[in-house]
Amino acid sequence: MLDHILSILIFFPAIAGVFGFMIQKDSVRAYGVAVATVEFALSLWLWFAFDANVSGMQFMEQLPLVPAFGINYTLGVDGISLFIIILAAFFTMIGIASLTETKDVKNMIISLLFLQMTMVGVFAALDAIVFYIFWELSLVPMLYIIGAWGGPLRIYASVKFFLYTFAGSLVMLVGMLFMAYFYYQATGVWSFAILEWYRLILPENFQLWLFAAFFVGFAIKVPMFPFHTWLPYAHGQAPTIGSVILAAILLKMGTYAFIRFSLPMFPDASAFFMFPIAILAIIMIIYTAMVAYAQEDIKQVVAYSSVSHMGVIILGTFALNVEGISGSIFLMIAHGVVSGALFLLVGVIYDRRHTKMMNQFGGLAHVMPRYATIFGLMLMASVGMPLTINFVGEFLSLLGFYQQSHVLTILAGTAIIVGAIYMLAAYKKMFFGTVTIEENRNLPDVNKRELLALIPLSIITVWLGVYPNPVLAPINKSVESIVQLMHDKSITEEAKSRIPNLVQGIEITRTSKEEAN
Amino acid sequence: MLAPVNVSLESLNLMTLAPMLIPIIGALIILVIDMLKGGLDKSLYVVLSLLFLIMDFSTIVDASSIFMKDGTLMGVFDVMLIDGLAILSQFIIVGASILFIPLALSHKRFHEFAYPEFFALFLFMIGGFQFMVATDNLILVFVGLETSSLALYTLIAMHNRDKSFEAAVKYFTMGALAAGLYSFGAMVFYALTGSVEISKIAAVLAANAYADLAYVLIGVVFMLAAFAFKLSLVPFHTWAPDVYEGSSAAMAGYMSIVPKIAAFVVAMRLFEFLIHSGVVWLEIVLYIFVIVTMTAANIWALVQTDVKRMLAYSSVSHAGFVMAAILIGTTQSNSALFLYWILFSFTNLGSFSMLWISRQKHLPAYQSSDHSYDKFAGMIKTAPIAATIMGLFMLSLAGIPPFALFWGKLYLISSAVTSGYTVLALIMALNSAIAGYYYVKLIVFMFMKEPIVGNDGHMYVANATKPLRTIIGIAAIGTIFAFLAINPLLEFVTSFVYNSGY
Repeated sequence: MLDHILSILIFFPAIAGVFGFMIQKDSVRAYGVAVATVEFALSLWLWFAFDANVSGMQFMEQLPLVPAFGINYTLGVDGISLFIIILAAFFTMIGIASLTETKDVKNMIISLLFLQMTMVGVFAALDAIVFYIFWELSLVPMLYIIGAWGGPLRIYASVKFFLYTFAGSLVMLVGMLFMAYFYYQATGVWSFAILEWYRLILPENFQLWLFAAFFVGFAIKVPMFPFHTWLPYAHGQAPTIGSVILAAILLKMGTYAFIRFSLPMFPDASAFFMFPIAILAIIMIIYTAMVAYAQEDIKQVVAYSSVSHMGVIILGTFALNVEGISGSIFLMIAHGVVSGALFLLVGVIYDRRHTKMMNQFGGLAHVMPRYATIFGLMLMASVGMPLTINFVGEFLSLLGFYQQSHVLTILAGTAIIVGAIYMLAAYKKMFFGTVTIEENRNLPDVNKRELLALIPLSIITVWLGVYPNPVLAPINKSVESIVQLMHDKSITEEAKSRIPNLVQGIEITRTSKEEAN
Repeated sequence: MLAPVNVSLESLNLMTLAPMLIPIIGALIILVIDMLKGGLDKSLYVVLSLLFLIMDFSTIVDASSIFMKDGTLMGVFDVMLIDGLAILSQFIIVGASILFIPLALSHKRFHEFAYPEFFALFLFMIGGFQFMVATDNLILVFVGLETSSLALYTLIAMHNRDKSFEAAVKYFTMGALAAGLYSFGAMVFYALTGSVEISKIAAVLAANAYADLAYVLIGVVFMLAAFAFKLSLVPFHTWAPDVYEGSSAAMAGYMSIVPKIAAFVVAMRLFEFLIHSGVVWLEIVLYIFVIVTMTAANIWALVQTDVKRMLAYSSVSHAGFVMAAILIGTTQSNSALFLYWILFSFTNLGSFSMLWISRQKHLPAYQSSDHSYDKFAGMIKTAPIAATIMGLFMLSLAGIPPFALFWGKLYLISSAVTSGYTVLALIMALNSAIAGYYYVKLIVFMFMKEPIVGNDGHMYVANATKPLRTIIGIAAIGTIFAFLAINPLLEFVTSFVYNSGY
């Protein structure tokens, strides 16, 4: 069974989703929770069976799909994708468990199960076309979730989300076709296998163009400044579960794809574009933090702060060294946990008051102490307080980039600290002071179902903040091999100097041996 | 005194005529049956047509196995040309017709199916299309083209609504103009080379190294205009939306597939050698045609308020997209054309059939046209399965993987990439993104809006019967599971195209 665990992880929720149509609609939530729990257990089993000492791909599967055109159904996980898969399974589980929507709940749960298939598929795919299939397919359930259960502007928001991402990924598809063509020219066979593409060394100007084509697709998904305009709408209009999944998992597809595709395939272009992208990332961090400060709506604050932190992930990724990339992958998980939790928390208060405007609240700490505590914890984590999960990721990302540029890192670091202001201001507006609005006086505190989702998230936040090693070690292992690959593959001086060589020690001993001889 | 003509029957290869003769004989039999005993039910004629089409299909299967063994086959004084293109396109023509004809068994009674002539004309039309693709003789192409077109005009008019007459007359007028242009073009080529066979025209033109380029260009202009009418390339597309709107949804779906593949094949035979022999002007004009057709049709489709008109413009846009294959003109692109069109047949026939089963005889007050977007509002609540299937077809048309049309797009864009048309590849990709909007718009209506009061969902399947559901089921399965069939299909198509020298 372990041989096919990835296929099972991908298709189990989808098949369960198809069968879900047969279930009576009042009972479907239990079904959804059961399926998602089994899926989560399977993903934990994957982690258990995962060999953390191996840097390459594990649990590989391969089936020919269109061999005449080099398309194979190839799957595999390494330290980079493993934890995002687990995170996806985890969030689907708690998302369904804490679901408060009652309208058409059956359609919602079936959509979520299909969405889960696409999420796991994206992170497990090792063939560019299979990756693309899941990448595109993930838009459909999300379009439906935002468009059918969202706020008043939901249709505008969902269509904007769909078209923006769709347009970007079509440009990426052209890039993939070019990559396959170059591979064909070099070897005489068509192939879309990512691992085989890794071995292809391209001239620098080809790399630049291909990097740009892939960049369009990924940057829109992340979303990077200036392509981020779809995200506030999507978050603002989406139902709680939609925002949670979007922030926790779907956005990670973009940053993950940078690490899976752009860096190892185009190391020279990555080094070439390092500073422009870093500057975009820093603009993203500072600008969206400022926008967040100006928001009246707590969900928009969380949404913009989420974009802001995605900037740090990009910055870490384009540090092009082990610390930066490992940090950015860890931060992806951290960001998933924390911003997912924050969106859940916003959903909790929205369910009670049906408003997200901060001026409608105030003094909630008196009324809902447990809620205020968890919110406070997540807020501290989001700000990047030491001993919380975000701190590890942000610190490593910045540490990595510090080796490339001191000035930019200091700028980004300051921006993160400044970012604390808007979060704390929002917290103050909502929780401190006296209760001014009569309706808020009798709000019930978080109930059991909500705690079911929030407590595990709080535990993870602190646990991985204090002791990140179980997650960080496998990530580090895989990142090392990617960085080494990038260094070996790079052809320009610039890239060779930017991307560290990890086996330097060995080489030195070898030369000294030769000298001795 | 004339010398007696001695031709051995074997050298005529009369078997090459078999696939075309079967539907024609079938049509005659239907007419005879009607003459002997009138007033028979339409189901008889549907099943008879189906039988003849299946026989037709099996002779093509036979022809394809001969082709695989012996290569291209000529017959009947070398007028018939059974090569890979002919066989592939006949597969599409007859296959799509087999899927189309059961749609006549609708729940509601419609005027046209009451006449056996409908089915006879239908079979004559198929025979015409088959002649058109299975020859490189410009005169026989013309005969096939006119046989099929005249039959088609009548089939449209038989729908018997004001708009249908308008559509038929419009189509007829435009078609007559196109026929005129075609014969002019053919005349110019004949005057230049003394032959009406494309291969000989190519040989003669190559032999004198295109000395009379100006005349060649005049001929090309006429031909291009004629085919642009048939393929509804912008700016010769103006008939398409009106004709689609006027004919029944099933017929519109059929028109978006079968006549076009026939025209594509002839265009491929004619334009390919011209592009390859360096008629740069033609390449530029085709390039413009392709881009303008894709983009403009997409933009018009965005603003339509009727789903059928939207699908009409979308078919125009798809035709432009596929025309790119002829522009590129490599084996890969020509294979991509067939692959694309096979997948497109499934999806488009499916989506038009979905409109067909929701056809009402009398429109409720809130509905401005037969298939306005409003009609589909909130369909997921009242008819969830139908809505899901319709959504599926829309996603496939938009090119969302892994549904059928994605693979066609993938391979076609890839062929543009491989032959150095980078800008074209990007434009094709971005056009798919624009097209995404209007397909998603229907999904938005179906899945995200509230149903209109008084709509109990029955109307979405008002016209459905078992045969119609079966056809839609086949189309849906073909659309979803296309990824399993791509590899054999691709190998099959590529070997046929390659062995015909395209």
